[in-house]
Amino acid sequence: MERDLVQLPKLPVGDIIVAFVDWIEQYFGWLLDGISAVLGFLIGGLQDLLLAVPAPILTLIAAALVWVVTRRDIKLAGLTALGLLLIWDLHLWNLAMLTLALVLVSTIVALAISIPLGIAAAGNDTINAALRPILDFMQTMPPFVYLIPAVIFFGLGNVPGTIATVVFAMPPALRLTNLGIRQVPIELIEVADAFGSTPQQKLFKVQLPVALPTIMAGVNQCIMLALSMTVIASMIGAGGLGYQVLVGIQRVNIGMGFEAGLAIVIIAIILDRITQSLMPRYYERQ
Amino acid sequence: MGVEGSVIFEKQPRENLRSVQSVISVEGLTRVFGQDPERALKLRRSGRSKDEIHEETGNTLALYNVSFEIVPGEIFVLMGLSGSGKSTLLRCINRLIEPTGGKILIGGRDIVSMDPEELRMVRRCKLGMIFQNFALLPHRTVLDNVTFGLEVQGIPEDERYQKGNELLRMVGLGDYGASMPIHLSGGMKQRVGLARALAGDPEILLMDEAFSALDPLIRREMQDELLDLQRRLNRTIIFVTHDLDEALKLGDRIALMRDGEIIQIGTPEEILTRPEDAYIERFVAGVDMTKVLSASDVMHHPGPVAQCTAGTKVALHLMKEHDVENVFVVGHERRFRGLVTFDDVLEAIRAGRELEEIVITDVPSVAPDATLSDIISLIVGGPYPVAVVDDRGRLRGFISQSAILGALARNGERSRAVA
Repeated sequence: MERDLVQLPKLPVGDIIVAFVDWIEQYFGWLLDGISAVLGFLIGGLQDLLLAVPAPILTLIAAALVWVVTRRDIKLAGLTALGLLLIWDLHLWNLAMLTLALVLVSTIVALAISIPLGIAAAGNDTINAALRPILDFMQTMPPFVYLIPAVIFFGLGNVPGTIATVVFAMPPALRLTNLGIRQVPIELIEVADAFGSTPQQKLFKVQLPVALPTIMAGVNQCIMLALSMTVIASMIGAGGLGYQVLVGIQRVNIGMGFEAGLAIVIIAIILDRITQSLMPRYYERQ
Repeated sequence: MGVEGSVIFEKQPRENLRSVQSVISVEGLTRVFGQDPERALKLRRSGRSKDEIHEETGNTLALYNVSFEIVPGEIFVLMGLSGSGKSTLLRCINRLIEPTGGKILIGGRDIVSMDPEELRMVRRCKLGMIFQNFALLPHRTVLDNVTFGLEVQGIPEDERYQKGNELLRMVGLGDYGASMPIHLSGGMKQRVGLARALAGDPEILLMDEAFSALDPLIRREMQDELLDLQRRLNRTIIFVTHDLDEALKLGDRIALMRDGEIIQIGTPEEILTRPEDAYIERFVAGVDMTKVLSASDVMHHPGPVAQCTAGTKVALHLMKEHDVENVFVVGHERRFRGLVTFDDVLEAIRAGRELEEIVITDVPSVAPDATLSDIISLIVGGPYPVAVVDDRGRLRGFISQSAILGALARNGERSRAVA
């Protein structure tokens, strides 16, 4: 064995982190409990709501929704119905509804944080400079690493899974909101100012609407990332289709893993098409 | 009814405008882009040029010590090449760009020292702006674009839509209120821009290269429409352009800018005929005088005219006395009828015919604002002078071949002197 020439004293990074975590739990335990309770309530409530509707009826509602938002794309509405019926047929309906609830709650929380931060970053170079390294850090960190603090602070289950998903899904929405607002043509900003807008009017009547296509691309990315996190989050006890895939892997049950994976893809396609259709079209010629 | 003598022309003296109190008064306006404006200004005061200052300090002296006054109802053109500071100057007037120093008085109040709330009020009520690339908000319908300024002011929807539709009709887009901007052509977009700027009933319109992005035909059309609109609405307009032809056509007065300073302010004629330095001479040398000079610039007063009710002998007498071969004939209120020639009149006296029977009516006639280039084709080869007739049909003057040649010769001399 090769021996090190110099024995560097090992820095107590691990000990410091443990002390930090203890400190947080001691003084912010109430906050963690609060977050946990709210998220747990949202996820459970949304799941119950989705399951309260019989599967065929929800399928019809989903198909109708797609039909409306895609401006009467009958083909896509039909495929949506077929996809959801397949999930039902595979006996994955309950798991799929839990996954959907997890994804929607994660996305809503992620957007509730990232869009205001993106707006702030667009309006203030200091905030932007401070956020950039944090975002780089969040995006280069392998998503598995998010699981550790989530488990430490929130234990096992759906809530820590959602927390890890929120952290993972946030950066693109934040960056694209920031970018979209910064890319609003200077002449349009001048229009807002020249006609006497207040800063709020400028933001809501000019900057956000003009940046909306870019912001919506961020929303779409956010949802897709949240879905892609479902399998990873299942390793800390998040339920749903992701957990089914994980069990399939652990038991080398190819059929079971594949069926659950297919269900995830179906949900992903439906959510993607709906958010893409919601993107504003005022730049397109008819 | 007697014979009228020559008409004294009521050309509007522009000098009169200047005695009126100014709407905008700019005093010592300065703008430096960069980190160290004080140093840049110090260098300028010690006589360095804009380029030297930029090289030495990295700062750009965009405007230096600009002063001028604008009177109500005039079209004041800021002209210069790109980088001369004309757009910066325009944007200082509504403080889209903050001046580094100086004063801008609008209605007697200094806009530079206003707090944000006061500034907003002035922008909403007194200033309208039109942009080079139209700058319509892509997510709003045409009507919502036009009424943007009113919406920002908190005016209720039905009231602002009523005003917006009125303005759209005025600019000829009455049917397009519900369209999205992307479906409009360039000219239509700028009409929307114009309607939007007028929505708040501003006293002052700031127009930044407003027609530069349009193709030449539409551009000319928009210029004519602006002049027409200005006659009816009588706003004060500050118009930025790099195009001398446009400046000459629109401007009551033109301010020529170079390197952030105004080097000459004058009426189009003053700029053309008395350029104050070699730079302006070069600038105006390329002007095609046949497109700049209008019929009213080169025409002669009608001289002797015969009333159509007068007899042939009166006409003969007029021609003999003034030693001319033909005389214009006018009707009631000097409405243009045509012309009679010396030979025809002699013939008519001999045959005992009336003056009205021998009037030649197919004499070419033009409007006072017709350009020389339009007139040349009429006059070359025609036996008669061209009559200049105003929009009410009254005879204002005439243009002979020699008048055209004289104007062209003056133009030639000027180009040679510059070269």
